This record gives sequence, structure tokens and C-alpha cells, in this order.
Amino acid sequence: MTSTLHRLVKVVSLALLVGLGATAIAETDAPAGKAVEGSAKANALKSCVRPTDWMRRNHMELIEHQRDLTVRQGVRVQKDSLANCIDCHARHDDKGQPVPVTAKGEFCQGCHGFVAAKPSCFQCHSTVPSSADTAQR
Amino acid sequence: MSKSKGQTDMDRRTFMGLTVGAAATLVAPGVFLHSIAQAGDREQPVTDKVRWGMLVDTSKCANGCSACVDACKTENGLSNHGRPATDPTWIRKVKVRDNFTGRETNLPLMCQHCEFPPCVDVCPTGASFKRADGIVMVDRHVCIGCRYCMMACPYKARSFIHEDIEIKPTNAPRGKGCVESCNLCVHRLDNGQAMTACAEACAKAGHNALVFGDLKDPNSPVSQALKQLPSRQIRADLQLSTGVRYSGI
Ligand code: SF4
Ligand code: SF4
Repeated sequence: MTSTLHRLVKVVSLALLVGLGATAIAETDAPAGKAVEGSAKANALKSCVRPTDWMRRNHMELIEHQRDLTVRQGVRVQKDSLANCIDCHARHDDKGQPVPVTAKGEFCQGCHGFVAAKPSCFQCHSTVPSSADTAQR
Repeated sequence: MSKSKGQTDMDRRTFMGLTVGAAATLVAPGVFLHSIAQAGDREQPVTDKVRWGMLVDTSKCANGCSACVDACKTENGLSNHGRPATDPTWIRKVKVRDNFTGRETNLPLMCQHCEFPPCVDVCPTGASFKRADGIVMVDRHVCIGCRYCMMACPYKARSFIHEDIEIKPTNAPRGKGCVESCNLCVHRLDNGQAMTACAEACAKAGHNALVFGDLKDPNSPVSQALKQLPSRQIRADLQLSTGVRYSGI
């Protein structure tokens, strides 16, 4: 009886340990992907348009707020616009081509994939900087 | 019982506090926006001091020319799947023939930017709306794709997007499941460029059939042209007070 209990505790703690390990690995993997790395403009900047930890939690409020102002009233402040996010956070590959922010491991996908929340922005909005999408046409 | 009620009240008070807090953070960016709004037109809300409009001089519109239609497609990234019945069309060429005299007239037809737009009247979600400066457009964030507006528009000016869109221009975000139509190149206007892609292309092709500008400014090209030429609204009987007028029909 006691030995069975003992074994059970052992198994459970092992499972917990494995679980914790997995989380730790996933966490180092996930946040913001290769977000502020190398060829993204954001790499050269000290912080985002607001303090970074505020942005992590609230970027969607900012984007949604300006979205209504832009569509309804024509207010297109560059700083808080989605276009500015993409301009700043899209990386460029070795050939200088922009990598979509929704590609695996890139800025938007990195976190959103981790938390399994699909941003619906990109059903309509461009995933590469404006300079690149003009060239596409 | 009463204890649990008290607790509920406390919770509600905390909740209210939080909500007010959240509202304050939400308002903050707005306040900020207005404080730096002096910098340029781009950062000011549009006003009704302006009403954008156009005059189409059909006597100059050339048979077989599609400069305006092509320019619109390029400007707004309207992709074509080779299925004319469902491909998005913001502006199209129409040929009308007087069966008695045989006289043919060419004209481009697009959203007429009605002052009293039926598409806005029927929209159940408020997605179809008229901006202060007279531009009628769809807020795709709110559009549910019911297509009531397409039924209501007397000019067949609106398209429903049936298929996924590969190229999404930053200037003109668009996607499957929404209705869209000519927005008088709203991104250009907001950036301070008072010229639509179609009118620009028409002039470049040497026809000058499209005159664009501010209907409320007596000195604008469109107001000057309207003063000179006899013009009319298509389906004037509907009393929609269109922003796009035609001469020579
Ligand atoms: S022309 Fe059609 S789409 Fe344009 S404002 Fe009038 S009803 Fe609406
Ligand atoms: S299709 Fe969209 S814009 Fe048109 S009436 Fe329906 S909700 Fe409104």
C-alpha cells in the first residue's frame, strides 16, 4: 500500500518536472519570435511606441482604437498605426526580401501561435511593409 | 444571505473601479492623438467643410479606353480571377446608345457618393457609412457581408469579395466576406493628395474626362467645371444628391 502510494507520488512529481521543463523550453521559444532581431527596424530602437511590457499586454487596444479613428474620421497618425507595426517589425531575409510577420517564428506569429490566438488583422491587412506591397502590384 | 449580497456589492465596486481604470487607459491614446494633431492633415479628423465629388464629361470619355478602370485596379490591388460575374469592380465602363438617333455615349460608372445613400440606410450593422467629407464607404471591421447594400444601391456600384485575397495593399486593406466599393481613393485624400487614381490616369491618357475636387470650394476644378457645363445626376429622380455628376448624357 505505502509503496504504491510512494510510486504514485514519484510518477506525479516526474510528470510535473517534465511539464515544467517543457514550459520553460516553450517560453524561451515563444515570445515575439525573431521579433526584434537583426533586419527588423525595431532592432535598432530602444523601445516600442509605448514601454515594451505595456505593449505586450495592450497593443490590441491601441490598434483597435486607432482603427476606428482611421476608418471613420480619416485620422492616420503614423505612430500608432498597424502599418507602422508591420514596417518596424517585419524582418528581411538574406536577399533583402521582407518576411511576412505571420510566417512561423516571426513577430506576430511567435506569440500568437504560442497562446493559440489567431489575429484576424491579416485576413485583410498586409503582412509586409508598405514599400514591399507596392512593389508587388 | 445578506453577507453574500454584501460581497457581491464589494465585487461590483471593485469591478466598476477596474472598468473606469480601463476606460482611462483607452481614452489616453485618444487625448494624445489630439494633442499632436496639429502636425498635418493626416492627423486631423475630416470635416464637412469639404465634400469630395467628381464631374464626368462624357463627351471626352473615349470609346475603348479603360485607363480609369485599370488605374483603380492597380491603386487598390483589385485582383482579377477571370470570373467577371464575381470579380470586384469599383469602376466600370458603360456604353449607352440612343436607339432613335444611334448616338453612343461612353461613361465610367462607380459609387456616386450619394448625400443620402440608400446603402447606409439599409445596412444593419452600421458598416456602410458616410464620412464627414461626403465619402461613402464600408467599415470592413463591422461588415457582416449580408449584401443588403448591394441590393439597395441603384448604381450597382458595390462588389462582394468571394475569394481570398493574396495581395493586400497597405493603402487599401481588403478581404474575403466583405462588401466594398469606390472610396474616392480615400488614402490619397487623407495624405493630402486631392486627386483620385482614375482621374489622374484619364488625364495622363490625354482625355481629361474626369474632373475631381471639393464641391464646396467654388474655386476647385470640379466646381469650376460644373459652373461651365450642363450636368445631371444619374437617376436624379431618386433624389440622392450624388457627388458624382455627368455632362453630355
Ligand atoms: S452609389 Fe451606391 S454605394 Fe455609392 S453611396 Fe450611392 S447607394 Fe451607396
Ligand atoms: S454587406 Fe456589410 S456594408 Fe453592406 S449592408 Fe451588409 S453589413 Fe452593411
